Amino acid sequence: MSNVTDATAGASGPIPRDDSSEAAKAENGPVLAADGRPLKQTLRRTLRREKMRALALIAPLLIFVLVTFIVPILSMLFRSVENQIVQNTMPAAIQELQAWDAQGTAPPGEDVFVALYFDLFKASEAKRHTQVGNRLNYEQPGLSSMFRGTGRDLDDMGEEFQDVFEEIDPAFEEAGFWYELLSGENGEALLEERRELFAAMNRSDMAGDVGFVPSAQMAEILPWTTKAYTDFAIWTALEDNDVVAEEEPWEAVYAALGQDLRSPETVAAVEAYSGPWSTTLKAAAESRGQLPQDSFREMFVASDEDWDGVEEWRTISLYSPPITTGYFLNSVDLTKTVDGIEARPETQQIYLTLFQRTLIMSLIITGSCILLGYPVAWLLANLPLRTANVLMILVLLPFWTSLLVRTSAWKVLLQQQGVINEILVWLGFVDDANRLILMNNATGTVIAMTHILLPFMILPLYSVMKTIPPSYLRAAKSLGATNWTAFWRVYFPQSVPGIGAGSILVFILSIGYYITPEIVGGTSGVFISNRIAYHISSSLNWGLAAALGSILLIVVLLLYWCYDRIVGIDNVKLGG
Amino acid sequence: MSNLTVDIPSPPLTGFTLPLMAVFAGGFGFVVGNVFAQPLIGFLVGALIGAGVALLAHNMPRSRRNVRLGLIVAFGLIGLVLVGPGALVAGLLIGAVLSWAAYWLDSGRYRSTVPIYYTAGQTLWHNTFLFICGLVFFFLIAPLLPVMWLSFNAENFFTFTPEMLNFEAEGYSLKHYRDFLGTDEWMVPLKNSLIIAPFATLISVSLGTLAAIGLSQSHVPGRQAIMAVLISPMIVPLIISATGMFFFYAPLGNWLEANLGLNQAFVGYVKVILAHAALGVPFVIITVTATLVGFDKSLTRAAANMGADPVTTFFRVQMPLILPGVISGGLFAFITSFDEVVVVLFVGSAQQQTLPWQMFTGLREQISPTILAAATILVTVSICLLTTVELLRRRSERLRGMSPG
Repeated sequence: MSNVTDATAGASGPIPRDDSSEAAKAENGPVLAADGRPLKQTLRRTLRREKMRALALIAPLLIFVLVTFIVPILSMLFRSVENQIVQNTMPAAIQELQAWDAQGTAPPGEDVFVALYFDLFKASEAKRHTQVGNRLNYEQPGLSSMFRGTGRDLDDMGEEFQDVFEEIDPAFEEAGFWYELLSGENGEALLEERRELFAAMNRSDMAGDVGFVPSAQMAEILPWTTKAYTDFAIWTALEDNDVVAEEEPWEAVYAALGQDLRSPETVAAVEAYSGPWSTTLKAAAESRGQLPQDSFREMFVASDEDWDGVEEWRTISLYSPPITTGYFLNSVDLTKTVDGIEARPETQQIYLTLFQRTLIMSLIITGSCILLGYPVAWLLANLPLRTANVLMILVLLPFWTSLLVRTSAWKVLLQQQGVINEILVWLGFVDDANRLILMNNATGTVIAMTHILLPFMILPLYSVMKTIPPSYLRAAKSLGATNWTAFWRVYFPQSVPGIGAGSILVFILSIGYYITPEIVGGTSGVFISNRIAYHISSSLNWGLAAALGSILLIVVLLLYWCYDRIVGIDNVKLGG
Repeated sequence: MSNLTVDIPSPPLTGFTLPLMAVFAGGFGFVVGNVFAQPLIGFLVGALIGAGVALLAHNMPRSRRNVRLGLIVAFGLIGLVLVGPGALVAGLLIGAVLSWAAYWLDSGRYRSTVPIYYTAGQTLWHNTFLFICGLVFFFLIAPLLPVMWLSFNAENFFTFTPEMLNFEAEGYSLKHYRDFLGTDEWMVPLKNSLIIAPFATLISVSLGTLAAIGLSQSHVPGRQAIMAVLISPMIVPLIISATGMFFFYAPLGNWLEANLGLNQAFVGYVKVILAHAALGVPFVIITVTATLVGFDKSLTRAAANMGADPVTTFFRVQMPLILPGVISGGLFAFITSFDEVVVVLFVGSAQQQTLPWQMFTGLREQISPTILAAATILVTVSICLLTTVELLRRRSERLRGMSPG
């Protein structure tokens, strides 16, 4: 009792002091730290400093991973929809093509072909026309050879004009004539516009002094000629590093003058023109009857009759926007048509089958990993630690062994002349003539990948099973459960998180596998990743590879998110 | 042993051991008979032999060692006489298995791993279960053995020659190892691997350790998101990483070459090293974070209390404790880079051909068993690495006061 009174007496002591300190607080504001600042502020500052220190430690790696890993992945996503090449290579033709009725039955008119001629001529000088041909060829086979073949004929088309002009007046042969005729004042805007178009096509900045400024007056009188000559000047000065005034222009410039003279307004403007070389120009305008009379469209069709094809032009028109869903549609066996999105012809359907096969085989592999891994993990978790550690080495050794080694091991085992077949033949179970085909098909892929991914199933299962107390099973049995009931109702539900973690890990790893299917899969056992690799290294259809990769990435990220929800990324364990 | 036999009663001979052994050995007999196209006769002979072995084991429980030795030698000789030197090993193995099984059944030791109250059915299931686990372990390890064996092949085949099976000296040679060690075809890739992997490891370990320490602090804004980004190189399938890196690193390399005037080979190595370093980061983060979980923060406070500045504290107190985690993370990063094919295939050029790349090409075109020699060497290396990691893990647990596993 005395203690109690003592306590109350003791407790009564500080009360007045508390009062006084509260009074002091009321007077001096909040509680202060040792340095006289408010404690709250000091604490907040310390916390902020701690956060900054932690972030400063993380920052170098975070930046490193962002630059070396995340940016490349984003660049892949971008490439799966990027389609600037068509627009950049033939901007004028694409613009003219907007007016064309893609659902009609007639090919586009002369305007498109004229614009296409000058676009393609420029592109062929920069050797870019084959690239756009290849790009469009992915959508419709045959377009590549169309662009390639016509690219070779562009010079000849221009030469037909050139020969006539040079017959009319030898001055047309001279570099100086063209330079003097077309250079002048106020043409900077045109020069910059052409420079930008060139830069977009050539994928370089095309910066520098051209040494030529087109005349604004000539740009009005001879629009095609001035544009063509400006393009020629930009290329000559910046890529060939020559002096514009000393070089004979491209054949396209003669063709452009020919095209200009086909318009009555231009002829009238030339008649009214009185600047330098007006007589030569007027002579040319008067003799324009001698110039080739074929339209550009006729010239293109003469070079390759497919230019008259409506289907070809529809393809060009459909794949002209700078952003396209075409690659993604292609990845799921669809295609764009003028009437909307349609399924590809049966014979070209391949990707859905491949995705389906990848998913089914990954599920089979995951399933067999569970079947094989569960008993082993159970055994490891229930053995004495010392024995379990020795056995664990048997799981970890394949885990640490090079993937290539394990794949080559399976190649040695599964071949028709391989170890398994040899043993079976020697034992007389398999006839020498009918050896088992274990490799170069789905069986080979499933066997080899189950072996390769099994440790990834056993390790998470083991770490979960380690945490399940064995006494639960004994308790269940002592309450009358049979072995099976005890396992199924008590043990198994607790091991489900391990199965989930292991399955997602194995599944994620297997749907992106490339090496093993490539070596033991043949044609019927390959995955979508093999197709991606094929498009990267053989068919060079990078956009399609990027689209296939993006779809795969989305699937994996979804699974990753599930994994994070089930186990948490912090809880990934390596090597037990 | 006598203790065991006292506790567990010996099962009856005629009702248990004898028929079981007869069926078991009959199975072997069936397989052996099948070699001579006489499976049924084989089965009968096998069953008889099994019964005989069971009788022998039952009547001579005390001289177990001598009986087993005798049986093993006898079976080996039968194999040698019937087929040839290759079957000697098979015979020895069958003898060992049969005699072991006979004593195991007869002495009642098959019950030694189960509680005494287990019924016969439960015991059977338990032993079947152990057998299944044994098969899975066999499945995990066995595929590596033929590779090692075949790497000593004297011929350029991927299969066993009769000489090899008969254990004749001329069937074996070190020729593939000489090919591996003596030709540029393999030495240049090995050299490339040994250039790329250490640098990539160095980058991922140094940056990764710092970041793991940062992540282990108590107040990190956006910890989940940062962790997700840092772990992502491990989760994103290699083919996707490789595709992305292919699109990104090719122009980067061209830019480096054009604008900084760097040598093409040098740029090639830099690209592969950066790519591999990114792939190794998650492993370092995971292992070092795991070590830091058990790290006692009061140690750094104690060091600070005694006047050590943060740098000294890090190198003298924190570093020695987390070193095992750092090293095993480094080993993971090293093996990731050393073993990586897909990314280097897409990002690198022929000058950066690494050992796995060379093996991959070899396997696709099936050139020579030199691949198997390379594989055997790699298995040896991975055994060394595994041992190191295991030792480090135990040391780490001991240092942190956990019970050594």
